[in-house]
Amino acid sequence: MGDRAIQTADMPKEWRTRKVRTRALNKRLSYVRRHWMLLAMVVPGMLYLFINNYLPMFGIVIAFKDINFAKGIWQSDWIGFDNFAYLFQTQDAWVITRNTILYNGAFIILGTVIAIFVAILLNEVKNRFFSRLYQSIILLPYLISMVIVAYLVLALLNEENGYMNRYVLPLLGLDPVSWYSDAGKWPYILTLVHLWKTVGYSCIVYLAAIVGINQEYYESAMLDGASKWRQIRSITIPLITPTITIMTLLAIGRIFSSDFGLFYQVPLNSGALQPTTDVIDTYVYRGLMTFGDFGMSSAAGLYQSVVGFALVLFTNALVRRKNRDLALF
Amino acid sequence: MKSNPVYVFAVHAAFVAMSIAALFPFLLLVAASFTDEQAIIEHGYALIPERFSLDAYAYLFSNSVMIMRSYGITAFITVVGTTLGLLITTLIAYPLSRNILPFRSFISFFVFFTLLFQGGLVPFYLVYTDLLHMKDTIWALLLPNLLTNGFFILLMRSFFSLSIPGEVVESAYVDGANELTIYYRIVMPLALPGLATIGLMLLISYWNDWYNGLIFINDGTLFSIQNLLNRMLADVQYLQQNNLSGQAAAATSVPISTVRMAIAVIGVLPLIAAYPFFQKYFVKGLTIGAVKG
Repeated sequence: MGDRAIQTADMPKEWRTRKVRTRALNKRLSYVRRHWMLLAMVVPGMLYLFINNYLPMFGIVIAFKDINFAKGIWQSDWIGFDNFAYLFQTQDAWVITRNTILYNGAFIILGTVIAIFVAILLNEVKNRFFSRLYQSIILLPYLISMVIVAYLVLALLNEENGYMNRYVLPLLGLDPVSWYSDAGKWPYILTLVHLWKTVGYSCIVYLAAIVGINQEYYESAMLDGASKWRQIRSITIPLITPTITIMTLLAIGRIFSSDFGLFYQVPLNSGALQPTTDVIDTYVYRGLMTFGDFGMSSAAGLYQSVVGFALVLFTNALVRRKNRDLALF
Repeated sequence: MKSNPVYVFAVHAAFVAMSIAALFPFLLLVAASFTDEQAIIEHGYALIPERFSLDAYAYLFSNSVMIMRSYGITAFITVVGTTLGLLITTLIAYPLSRNILPFRSFISFFVFFTLLFQGGLVPFYLVYTDLLHMKDTIWALLLPNLLTNGFFILLMRSFFSLSIPGEVVESAYVDGANELTIYYRIVMPLALPGLATIGLMLLISYWNDWYNGLIFINDGTLFSIQNLLNRMLADVQYLQQNNLSGQAAAATSVPISTVRMAIAVIGVLPLIAAYPFFQKYFVKGLTIGAVKG
């Protein structure tokens, strides 16, 4: 051991570093060789993510090209920001951005308030059987696909046969409504459908936070004669505020991407409803699948990816400041 | 702890109202599927059928080729997709949970970055159609949902590092077991609750998937049940045009408005019927999913 150290010290400096480097490399190689099996196990997953996720990331360059399938994607001409220039010249870019943000904003605010309300209420059901039962029932809509939801909404809103036009509106003495061509009503309809589908889910998250609150707080509050309302306001809400903050920030990070199924399936892809139901995701889809307009569609898609990415980084930095453990990174 | 009975009653009443709101559309759907077609034309979809009828289901069963095939496609992608998805997820998640994995931080980042940035629909579509030539193949229904992104991998990794005792793995290692043996002999059996949870989420996402079929499948023989439902939403005649091989006589009196509802019932029934049995795992999956991300 000592011998070798002296030998190394005697060598010219250049050799020495090279030797140290080679030795470090050899050590690293033998380490990899020793754990090759563990390393081999991650290959299928990484290969999959490379194809399914990373190739499309490289594919964002399409937005800067004039796609011509005769030439092939890679040989198509570069056109710089032309696709973006077209996109932002139209009214469309503004409409879809506005719709996406307004819908998601309403979903975040209403969804959070209602979910907290339901979670607090659910925590008041002391009978375990009923608590489970109610929870399962309000969670049921979360389980089903948006296609089925579209059928359910159709049964309610169909112009000729729908339950609203046949039973509810006559009962209220109102005239039938042409739901699927009246764009002005859809912000309310889609918000209702979204809440109906997701409240069960978000309520579970808040319920988990409420259940975690130390019961002693409530016991001593009751000894002091605090009312139910007072306990909720002064114990429950303040103690679940961290959860509320984190959930809200994470949702804001995703405000630029919307639930495609909700906006595509539920309005039955109706053109008449587009002014109020078109969001970035449906716009990109229609551009690609209906018009085959790769330029415009990929430009809108990249616009969404980049702003979405920036928002995620930004909100994550905020979450990190609040609570390191809950930050994504 | 005593509670005011009026208060208890009010809480229960609120939940009964919410339960009705959650279930009402389903009840309407089921009722409509059992109603006589003429009664629907006269009275609309009603909660209590004006005239009870099994015509819609009789029609579905007499023209069941397409529906059965769609069911077959859905069952196939659900079983194969969930199995493969679980396999690949755990194969990458388990090494990531071990700190001896070479290049661990790079691999973690590689997985994690897929959660942050997406290429978007157009490049995704071109990868599967132009590069892999999977348009109108069963692969297009199977592959895109396999991992979706790195989310389940990260969940499973945390599950492994929390629930698999390091000493157990170490002692097996000392006894001469190799990593693959440790993975399927020790780690997988210990991780059953986690596997059940992630497997259930995968299963539901495959059963409910209509998106991949919408963008990649035009060939009706490859439609999953969700895609068939989706197509019938846009075009009520779809089943009729594609199903009646020479039985034109039946076409004159297809109970369209009820058949539509009956097929939606068939599409959602297996999931709802199984719901009470997997509810516990479903709730668990949603909660762990929400805590991190």
